[in-house]
Amino acid sequence: MKLHEYQAKEIMRRYGITTPHGRMAVTPDEAYEIASELKGHVVVKAQVHVGGRGKAGGISLVKSPNEAKDAASRILGMNIKGLTARQVLVEEAVEAIKEYYLAVTVDRSQKAMAIIASSEGGVDIEEVAAKSPEKIAKVWSTPREGFMPWQARALALAAGFDGSAINQIGGYFSALFKLFEREDAELAEINPLMLTRDGKVVAADAKITLDDNALFRHPGYGSLWEAEGDDPLEQEARRRRLTYVKLGGDIGVIGNGAGLVMATIDAIKAEGGEAANFLDIGGGARADVVQNALELILMDKNVKAILINVFGGITRCDEVAQGLLKAIESVDIDLPVVVRLVGTREEEGRALLGGTPVVTADTMVDAAKRVVAIAGGGI
Amino acid sequence: MGVFVSERTRLVVQGITGREGRFHALRMRDYNPGVVVAGVTPGRGGQDVEGIPVFDTVAEAVEQTGANTSCIFVPSRAAADAVMESFASGIELVVCITEGIPTLDVIDILDRAGKNGSTGRVIGPNCPGIITCGEASVGIMPGQIFKPGPVGVISRSGTLTYEVVDLLSARGIGQSTCIGIGGDPIIGTTFVDCLEAFEEDDDTKAIVLIGEIGGRDEEEAADFIRSMTKPVVSFVSGRTAPPGKRMGHAGAIVSGSMGTAESKVKAFQEAGVPVADTVNEIVDVIEELL
Repeated sequence: MKLHEYQAKEIMRRYGITTPHGRMAVTPDEAYEIASELKGHVVVKAQVHVGGRGKAGGISLVKSPNEAKDAASRILGMNIKGLTARQVLVEEAVEAIKEYYLAVTVDRSQKAMAIIASSEGGVDIEEVAAKSPEKIAKVWSTPREGFMPWQARALALAAGFDGSAINQIGGYFSALFKLFEREDAELAEINPLMLTRDGKVVAADAKITLDDNALFRHPGYGSLWEAEGDDPLEQEARRRRLTYVKLGGDIGVIGNGAGLVMATIDAIKAEGGEAANFLDIGGGARADVVQNALELILMDKNVKAILINVFGGITRCDEVAQGLLKAIESVDIDLPVVVRLVGTREEEGRALLGGTPVVTADTMVDAAKRVVAIAGGGI
Repeated sequence: MGVFVSERTRLVVQGITGREGRFHALRMRDYNPGVVVAGVTPGRGGQDVEGIPVFDTVAEAVEQTGANTSCIFVPSRAAADAVMESFASGIELVVCITEGIPTLDVIDILDRAGKNGSTGRVIGPNCPGIITCGEASVGIMPGQIFKPGPVGVISRSGTLTYEVVDLLSARGIGQSTCIGIGGDPIIGTTFVDCLEAFEEDDDTKAIVLIGEIGGRDEEEAADFIRSMTKPVVSFVSGRTAPPGKRMGHAGAIVSGSMGTAESKVKAFQEAGVPVADTVNEIVDVIEELL
């Protein structure tokens, strides 16, 4: 679960990390009020779950409450890379003499948490890694090992931070590590961390992503949840408890197992088609799950044909066929459906589909060929 | 022989009285009745599941049945504890089927499993398990599609593995051991660990590696294969997946420039490893190699 910047900063403050003064606003009038409290010189920032909002015009530096109000009315409702800004963060503008990068994240290869520092803050860390890797320092740790302030100071020095700032910054690293561990984060990032003329260290931008699998330990975070995209079909899928990703094409795809569904989508592409979605009904999928999945696919008006690819190891093919028949009865499918069923009780499954308009295929490649031909207007 | 599990495996099923645990314990016993020796569900000690004795603790199961391997079906909140209990009780291999364990818990388990004298290996989590054909099935793989033979299979995906195995078996090509390493970002046994084991295994003559988008496991595998004597055929799924979206598996995600299918395909090609474009092609290439 991605948090908004204002939410991430709230959490960071609880761990002793200084952030600019400010608050979230949902109307231009609120933005005016907050800017007045902060004596005018503020930055108004769109709160959307996507990078690059500055370049997209979602960040405004202003000098008065009136300008803040204007900026907020311009940004609120703005579409940034397909997402709508519904909130802005209004906070005091901070002037930096130096910008740094601090993050804690999960390192898959090392099977550990990585603590990353760079003296090149305020830019995309991947760019820094590509252009000047010597400006990045990294260490690894685990919940058992922990991360001590002295390690943080050593890391900051290795990354080329100013020696005068390492005490405070060292403390920030420890705080960020503690936050990461206690809040079950996947990413906790401060970029940039600003060093000001009067020697203060301020988290000017903050990002936190929480581990969805650990949300049961943090019941309070339920209220912070907000759709990461505006796609209504993905939201509907969540309500239906289906693993679904909206894609751009016109062939609806249903399968069991993430790898199999991904491979099916690749096969469609290889045949010259485009999948409309990823939908994994999982192992042991029963008839009602198949029906539920079909209903969702049919809500996508782009879909011209449907491919169902099931390898029945544990999933029984006759169950899948029954779900399909039920769905055909209840939702009146007028789209062509190609089905490929292999595995446990495949004969029974295919027999059930005999006498229906459903097209059956023997292999994944064969099924992909047929569905692409049908969606393209062929037979 | 095969790798990691064999007819010498003595299995305890943790969470055996749950719906999934019970169903799969019985299927594993069907595959080889001598392998499944015990179940554990705290509070249900003294009961049995169709003749499989149930214990309160793994330690009791080990002491009374000689169990050396555990298969975990307990819910995600309790799974980390179950893994730690296994290792503390002398279990050598834990196969963790459970999906949805918090990432930090997995990091913690793996960190402790490898230290303080514990040599425990974890396969998974969020995996379909492992099968050494004709000897032992540990997990949820459909035993009937496998056929003993010379091909080792390693995969991050369950059903895609079955798909490939089914095609191999239909072509008369059997398998030595098939390992589902799991779809999570952090997993205990990686492609490289499996390749190392297959390289040493006399029964394995060639290997199929089924990767997918996310992480760097395939790139590391490609590097390792350069030093191997046995041939490997690879496949990468998710080539058309959009960046930033989790494709079903928690670990199947392209983040920034990390974890793309292109990078994995390129790594294999540079290491001289054939990359199949379709599942059928995997079988064609293996047939040529053998």
